[in-house]
Amino acid sequence: MIRRPLRPLAPVLSARDRGENPDAVERSHRREREEARRDGARVRAEGRLLMLGLLFVIAFGAIGARMAAIATAEAAEPRTADAGAAILGSRADIVDRNGRILATNLPTQALYAQPHRMVDGPRAARALAAVIPELDAPMLLREFTDPGRRFVWLRRRLSPEQVQAVHDIGEPGLQFGPREMRLYPNGPEAAHVLGGVAFGREGVSAAEIVGTAGLERALDGRLGDPAQGAVPVVLSLDLGVQAAVREVLGAGMRLMNAAGASAVLMDAVTGEVVALVSLPDFDPNVRPAPAVAGDPALSPLFNRAVLGVYELGSVMKPFAIAQALDLGLVTPATRINTRGPLTWGRYRIRDFRNYGPELSVTDVIVKSSNIGTARIAVQIGGERQQAFLRALGLLDPLPLELAEGALARPLLPRQWSEIATMTIAYGHGLSISPLHLAAGYAALVNGGTRVTPTLLRRDTPERGARVVSEATSAAIRAMLRATVTRGTASLAEVAGYPVGGKTGTADKPRPRGGYYEDRVIATFAAVFPAHAPRYVLVVTLDEPVETSGPEPRRTAGWTAVPVAAEVIRRTAPLLGLRPEIEPAAADALIRVRN
Amino acid sequence: MRGVLYVLACLGVMGLAAWAYRENYATQQALGGVGRLQDEIARLRESLAMQRAEWAYLNRPERLAALVALTFDRLRLMPMEAGQFGAIGQVAYPPLGAALGPSVTLSSEGEEGL
Repeated sequence: MIRRPLRPLAPVLSARDRGENPDAVERSHRREREEARRDGARVRAEGRLLMLGLLFVIAFGAIGARMAAIATAEAAEPRTADAGAAILGSRADIVDRNGRILATNLPTQALYAQPHRMVDGPRAARALAAVIPELDAPMLLREFTDPGRRFVWLRRRLSPEQVQAVHDIGEPGLQFGPREMRLYPNGPEAAHVLGGVAFGREGVSAAEIVGTAGLERALDGRLGDPAQGAVPVVLSLDLGVQAAVREVLGAGMRLMNAAGASAVLMDAVTGEVVALVSLPDFDPNVRPAPAVAGDPALSPLFNRAVLGVYELGSVMKPFAIAQALDLGLVTPATRINTRGPLTWGRYRIRDFRNYGPELSVTDVIVKSSNIGTARIAVQIGGERQQAFLRALGLLDPLPLELAEGALARPLLPRQWSEIATMTIAYGHGLSISPLHLAAGYAALVNGGTRVTPTLLRRDTPERGARVVSEATSAAIRAMLRATVTRGTASLAEVAGYPVGGKTGTADKPRPRGGYYEDRVIATFAAVFPAHAPRYVLVVTLDEPVETSGPEPRRTAGWTAVPVAAEVIRRTAPLLGLRPEIEPAAADALIRVRN
Repeated sequence: MRGVLYVLACLGVMGLAAWAYRENYATQQALGGVGRLQDEIARLRESLAMQRAEWAYLNRPERLAALVALTFDRLRLMPMEAGQFGAIGQVAYPPLGAALGPSVTLSSEGEEGL
């Protein structure tokens, strides 16, 4: 654009000629220029307004179009999302520590009937009763011919053969609903750990599976979480070891004429339970109904290893001895007065037989002297004893991943008097479960750190709080080993695996107070290999009688010990333990000075 | 000149429209394919779970013990014992002339002293 000057020479000159003010020329030019600028600005503003309006129209149009599309379109699931999740297996599998399946799901069909859609109700009732014998034909006939019924559940689970047979009846009023059933492929192995399931809320096309007992109930939230349905829950159990323990324990129970038996095999450092057996047991696939009459402790559903709290007898002695060693009250060689009977008020404490005037602390354990242990317990005192047992976790419910775990509550004396201190030291007056005992022994022998039992595999071992010193732990290991080499548990020698342990024989309490004369609970708590314990085994037999001798023998040394020895002989190679020659005992004895 | 540009732009728009139309249907077809594949994956997963359950059922300890008893005269399988652990030094070298022939017997049938 050619800029026009405000005072062009020609008009100014001609204005001067005409005698006009040349400033008027400049003013008129200024006005023209101002008007042109204003016109331009208006056009630009109009353009901007138009553009803005257009944008608004487009935006609202897009929103409207989307709304119309949503309103008129049919609803559909997004199909590309979530390709990884399993369609089947809404409930997670349970596997053992090596990945072998302990519990999984199977698709199955539930059967229901819609009588108003039936072509020939009576014929369907007859044919169905023939195919599924559990159904009652007259009842079916009544249901199918009742005009008021529109829907009736018939069976929750059908086998594939039964599904085909029902299809063959050809009755349109018989319908199937897809179901998942929980399958325990190993039958009764680990039945008490796994527990059981039942159908929760039910619909035609699906049913919720909820745990009713054991692990299935305790971990119900995790197992039923759809986000983790494809990730199995890994247990600490080893199926092969579990099966071997169950087989040996069952044979031992029959051989010793016992009413029941339990075994706990636990990793001494991590607290992982490698095998947990309670006999008699049951098949979780056909879980029996809970007993309504009689003693619930005799039901196969009763988990003796976890729920059975008993006064376990002399197996408790190492706890008192360990505490006395740890406090520096005694050394393994200290002589303890064992002259009996020990009279305390109206109580008299006796030994199984007279062991002479005095024994060393080691021999108190080896020969299992009640009097010697009671005397040591008096030195410790009730308060310190209680604090020690609590630190070991023996006075609290088990923190185990079982629905029943919280029920495994130890029975404490009402008043922790001095006589209670003495009797608890040798295993009477305090009732704990075999699993408590295993955890306590693990803590004593593993170097002295607390062990929390668990049923889930732990990949990183973590040490618990210190309970006793390393030296005390070593001394206890030597004493437990001596009990096997020259004491009450001499039948526990296993070739290749040095075993240490302590026996316990406790009279069973009568339901109405007092104790039975001829019914005992025989317990053997073993650790192996004794010099560097990897595993703790607790075997408990309920009312065993060994009848090979001239008179029946009931002590643990004759009943629980040989069974435990056989369990160790079978399971130690399965656990990958190489047989080893134990280091000379002298080395161990030098190290135990406190 | 301007007319040519208009024609070219129109052709371009038509071409793009045709391309978008084709892509739309290709996408829908691919989505359908994905759906079918997912149905198949679900079916395969289901049969996999079934096979796993069957494998676990066939390998249950009870049945394996029964099989061991059944084949005892041929296989003579016994529970593992402490004496079966050995050191690598206890394994003898093969005799010098004995090359590993093609006839390696994988069955222990007929062998002595297992």
